[in-house]
Amino acid sequence: MSRIASVFSRLRRNQEKALIPYLTVGYPKLDWLAEAVTAFAEAGADLLELGIPFSDPLADGPTIQAASQQALAGGVTMRKALRQVERIRKRNDRLPLIAMTYINPILAYGSRAFCRDAAAAGLDGVIVPDLPPEEGWELIPSSRKAGLDTIFLAAPTSGPQRLTRAARVSRGFVYYVSLTGVTGERRGLPAGWANGVRALKRRTRLPVCVGFGVSTPEQVWQITREADGVIVGSALIRKLTGSRREGIRRGAAFLKRLKGACQ
Amino acid sequence: MASQRLAGFQSGLPNQRGRFGPFGGKYVPETLMAALTELESVYRQARRDRRFLSDLKSLQQTYAGRPTPLTFAGNLSKKLGRGIRVYLKREDLLHTGAHKINNTLGQGLLTLRMKKPRVIAETGAGQHGVATATVAALLGLRCDVTMGAVDIERQRLNVFRMRTLGARVVPVTSGSRTLKDACNEAIRDWVTNVRTTHYILGSVVGPHPYPMIVRDFQSVIGREARRQVLKAAGRLPDLALACVGGGSNAIGLFHPFAGDRSVRFIGVEAAGSGLATGRHAATLVKGTVGVLHGSKSFLLQDADGQVKETHSISAGLDYPGVGPEHAWYKQSGRATYLSATDAEALEGFEFLARTEGILPALEPAHAIGCLKRIAPRLKRNSVVLLGLSGRGDKDMETVAARLKVR
Repeated sequence: MSRIASVFSRLRRNQEKALIPYLTVGYPKLDWLAEAVTAFAEAGADLLELGIPFSDPLADGPTIQAASQQALAGGVTMRKALRQVERIRKRNDRLPLIAMTYINPILAYGSRAFCRDAAAAGLDGVIVPDLPPEEGWELIPSSRKAGLDTIFLAAPTSGPQRLTRAARVSRGFVYYVSLTGVTGERRGLPAGWANGVRALKRRTRLPVCVGFGVSTPEQVWQITREADGVIVGSALIRKLTGSRREGIRRGAAFLKRLKGACQ
Repeated sequence: MASQRLAGFQSGLPNQRGRFGPFGGKYVPETLMAALTELESVYRQARRDRRFLSDLKSLQQTYAGRPTPLTFAGNLSKKLGRGIRVYLKREDLLHTGAHKINNTLGQGLLTLRMKKPRVIAETGAGQHGVATATVAALLGLRCDVTMGAVDIERQRLNVFRMRTLGARVVPVTSGSRTLKDACNEAIRDWVTNVRTTHYILGSVVGPHPYPMIVRDFQSVIGREARRQVLKAAGRLPDLALACVGGGSNAIGLFHPFAGDRSVRFIGVEAAGSGLATGRHAATLVKGTVGVLHGSKSFLLQDADGQVKETHSISAGLDYPGVGPEHAWYKQSGRATYLSATDAEALEGFEFLARTEGILPALEPAHAIGCLKRIAPRLKRNSVVLLGLSGRGDKDMETVAARLKVR
């Protein structure tokens, strides 16, 4: 069983839902990552999404845009990101790690080479927000061969056919985008998100996790009544300021509160 | 009815998946996929609908000023010598001052058909923003235009025009703060407001069906020019020449000649401070294949797939991507792509001003500068069709500063 599948089956047995934090590799600095991952796993992260920065992240809001820009200015590349994954993997063999990046850095690295090297470094899955199922051929054959799960996105604007299609090409879990918009914190949850999750769950046996705009324990609680997990990015990124120790401590405390709402 | 049909109707490309050979496609967030499908189906219905076509034609004629004239540039031709005859397709004489309105009128009418009350647009030089704001005012649509903070500074006149027309100009301060980032921001706005908003993309770039729709609306340039040049020169041109940023005026000029094998196509990109300096925007000349803003095409990027910052004196060409159909024209050998530096563009600007009494926009001034350079290598008695995509009013401050005009 893959790391992703075994985590979800453990959670199901314990009647828990998955907390999936998102971090931009290289934000605020590359040397924060390994320590942050250890601290966040202890605080309750069940899986971890690692953003590999791209110059033009058009699905991202201001927080992750700025984090990506800073990471790139600090010299992060795909190669360096994969080396970090290797380091993390040596310390923790159980935590599922999922890359989130855009299609162009993958194509520049070479789709086959990326899937091979990502799996070898210890990544379990990949999310590419500008790769809809129609263009999935760029990645699916190589990722299947390498044993890397492809996690596709479904959105509030996806009709029944598109929901089915996203579920069919996904492995590991399906990512439901809670709102029409870019990543970033929002006050409430948009109307209709729960219907979307239910419609998606009717079409797949894979876990369904919800992301975009999630930042509070209340939102996490509401979402995990319906979905199998929740992804939190921008709100966590914003905690990572000040000294390394201080920033990571603040991030971990935040995740601990969110995890409390996942039970 | 045949003459009213939009170009591209019978041509094979793009295919059903929005591909021109290996280029094109739909690399966008899932949230937008339904809107792209809706846009394509509304467009396919519209271009078979007599009412839509006659509304468009009537706006083109009575509002925008079509057909635009074809001007024989006699003095300029004489300077080039060797019997070369240059004809200018005068898109600079259109309402709002550039070819951009051909597309915004078409997409504005599509917005009404989709019953969406709001449009957004990205703009570099401001020409597409002005053309969108104009059509929005005419058709009663709300309009927001994203524009890089750097471009807002260098194209102030167009910012005033957009605001006066009732549009909101949204400054973009991320990234290089130019056209590329204005596109990112427009796409983000569209992802957020897709149910009530149509994105009027301004060039033959972006996800399918945009490169097809914009090409078809711009092909009126080449269709008129083909008729006009046959009448004026008595034959087809040997060469069609146009500047290429995203590439909409060039595709519009080239496409109706695509089946005329004797007509060579040359697209002219911005070489900025010079190709060797790295400060340029010559995507087809210097770029590699990648994905930006929803389609696969050539791209100025580093080895890690990060998009590079570009430079050009002309805000309209200052873009690291290019339309997928141009990528296909390049790869298949149908067109050749050259470049002209900032200095050559200024030379072209002055050349046309002094010989013909026409102030071109800095974008087509690149094509004129390039023509001046390559003229000695053209066949004797060549007939050249040059796309004069816009007028120079918006650039007078930049030109005056660079040419030290007081």
